[in-house]
Amino acid sequence: MRLRKSIALIAAVALSIGVMSGCTPKEDSGAASAPTAGGKVLNIYCWNDEFRSRVEKYYLPEHPLPDGVTISWIVTPNADMAYQTKLDQTLPGNVTAAANDKIDIFLVEADYAAKYINTKYAVPLSEIGITDAEIADQYAYTKQIGSDEKGVIKGISWQAAPNLFLYRRSIANLVLGTDDPLEVQKSVADWTTFENTAGTMSASGYQMVSGYDDTFRAFSNSAEKAIVENGIIEVPKAWLDWVDQTKLFSDNGYNNRTRLWDTAWGAGMAKDSTVFGYFGPAWFINFTLVDYSMANAEEGIVAGNGSIGDWAVTDGPAPSYWGGTWICAAEATDNIDEIRSIMRVLCTDKAIMKQIATDPGVEDYTNTMSGMREVADSDYSSITLGGQNPFPLYTAVADRIDISKTISPYNQLAETFQTVMADYFSGAVDRDTALENFYTAAREKYPELKRP
Amino acid sequence: MAVNARSGAITYSGSGSSVVARPHRHKSISYEKWGYFFIAPFFIVYAVASLYPLIMTFIYGFFERYQVLGQDMHNEFIGLDNFRQLFSSPDVARFAGNTFIIWVVGFIPQIFISLILASWFTDLRLKLHATGFFKVVIYLPNVIMAAAMSFLFWALFGDTGPINQMIAERTGSIFQFMVSIPATRLIISGINFLMWFGNTSIMLMAAINGIDTSLYEAASIDGANSSQTFWRITMPLIRPILLYVIVTSLIGGLQMFDIPNIMTRGAGGTDRTSMTLVMYLNNFLSGTRDYGMAGALSIILFVVGGVLSLIVFYGMRDKDAVKADKQKRKLIRDRKRGI
Repeated sequence: MRLRKSIALIAAVALSIGVMSGCTPKEDSGAASAPTAGGKVLNIYCWNDEFRSRVEKYYLPEHPLPDGVTISWIVTPNADMAYQTKLDQTLPGNVTAAANDKIDIFLVEADYAAKYINTKYAVPLSEIGITDAEIADQYAYTKQIGSDEKGVIKGISWQAAPNLFLYRRSIANLVLGTDDPLEVQKSVADWTTFENTAGTMSASGYQMVSGYDDTFRAFSNSAEKAIVENGIIEVPKAWLDWVDQTKLFSDNGYNNRTRLWDTAWGAGMAKDSTVFGYFGPAWFINFTLVDYSMANAEEGIVAGNGSIGDWAVTDGPAPSYWGGTWICAAEATDNIDEIRSIMRVLCTDKAIMKQIATDPGVEDYTNTMSGMREVADSDYSSITLGGQNPFPLYTAVADRIDISKTISPYNQLAETFQTVMADYFSGAVDRDTALENFYTAAREKYPELKRP
Repeated sequence: MAVNARSGAITYSGSGSSVVARPHRHKSISYEKWGYFFIAPFFIVYAVASLYPLIMTFIYGFFERYQVLGQDMHNEFIGLDNFRQLFSSPDVARFAGNTFIIWVVGFIPQIFISLILASWFTDLRLKLHATGFFKVVIYLPNVIMAAAMSFLFWALFGDTGPINQMIAERTGSIFQFMVSIPATRLIISGINFLMWFGNTSIMLMAAINGIDTSLYEAASIDGANSSQTFWRITMPLIRPILLYVIVTSLIGGLQMFDIPNIMTRGAGGTDRTSMTLVMYLNNFLSGTRDYGMAGALSIILFVVGGVLSLIVFYGMRDKDAVKADKQKRKLIRDRKRGI
């Protein structure tokens, strides 16, 4: 009787606590393996349907896959690093995985591209068969993000993401007396005038930006150093400048105290909102802004549908970029021919890339310097931007993007920084506590790093 | 003498006695192995999916073990350093405090409402109608997935949600529920309460139904009022179940994760004041996947949970049976000593 009771006790305790235990990771197999051809399933790991829509619209119609080959999309959301966790768990086993389960293509974002580019899990473009001459027309910064520490290019991108300041024409007319991009630029030319204009906007009942994080990239891309250097986390001065200005904006009501991607943050793009501006590249305008701007989604992108057509772009206070997607071939892939073909068509075929840039509803800024200059000189006009051709401004900013000082595999700490600093902006904690909280959160994510 | 053709058994009939001789192979049929056979799948799955990870978690707790940038695992035995690090920072105590506050704020109304509902629904004199219907209704929130429930409340109390639209109509400004520390905690506690009070009510009802009704009848004949029967009869007799409810809820509270994680988008709310222990554990596993620290924290949670389980185990024993058992053993001991 007593024995049975103790067994019951042990089982009860172990069962009730068992759920708390973590899972065990797979050990690294270690062996490297060259890419091969002939696989039947092209497995593509990504975090949204952007790349899929590009492939389905601009690649598959002209280049059908060989008989018997199918594409399998494995989508894991980016939020909370879920996508990276998925890659971290799957990539090490790719060499030994069954042919139909092998990752063939995985996508990475600018903030953490270096994390994967610097491993053997990403295959050099030269091994795939893409030559340097083929990518000579691409923006240098996109090639730099796609390169490992030794300069070997392993990631290729079809887009570039120069950031512009987006503003509402109607509000500009009311408060500044003009909606002409060149004139409005004078009111946002540098951070001091940007702050002064924010005061003017506030006096008229408008907010300069929607939330805390809108100006972050415009500050952080001009940083004098990366967030992590030599294994030490240290917040660059440019990030702190963002903190101080955003605190001022939050206390004075120059923003709506929202956080990036919140519903309330996006609501600032609707027709009757009092938010003056946002920062964003081409993908932001045509992937995010149009969605929030349209009053009636079924009507589509036509001027007068919500705030569509009431937007315009100008350079803003500082050149910056935001995001961008890089395509990597995975170690031991068995679909090298299809990968080469997709990369070649989407990332180096100038005619296709110009089409991606100008097709209504797509309008992405693509990674061809000469092609983008041609669009800038063309009579292309954007419906969302009230007939403006944003490409002359895009190309000017894209030419000035310099990432050499800020490139780091740890740039996703920017998201942690933004999240933690929101407590300071809302007034819950003081600046030092917020910074302390950031270092704590950063070291939980990356225990290998030291703090200053 | 007669020979049974089918079994081959030979029956000797005599006056007043009969002897049956069975063939040897029939002598020891054991059905026991089939019992083990049928419960084996559970133990095999448990060993692979639960016991093995549990053991590995204990081992990892003593290692510095994490992946640097998705590359090979850094793995080194460091003894108790993980525990030292955990206890040297104020975080574990802070997050344990958060977890406890959120749990207790949800649990007090939960046990209070559940006791009232359970005693009403089982009251012989009230004779409520349609109790079956109400039992289903109060249980329904528990059927909904915790994550879905969190999303619902997150949308309700968001800056652009319906609650804030009503507030804005009256006051002209909004209230940021997810920025206010008490509001965030209260909403999480509220969801916990809403999801679990029905479950607790039904458990307590079962406990009360197990009480012999003649006790209540006798009490009412003796002139006891309903509060007397509740405090003198119901409460003492459902005490073991009440203890069980409290401790299982405490263990559930200790593991609180999905609701606060969704409500605060994994960040733990303003200044991490709604971060629970398991959210903290999850922090180690997103990003670099620090199995060492996560393992050490799991061991701490294991010990706390184990202590709570022991309390329920000893608290639920039948006091009289334990006493009788003790007396019996004492008797045997005494007899052996020759007293």
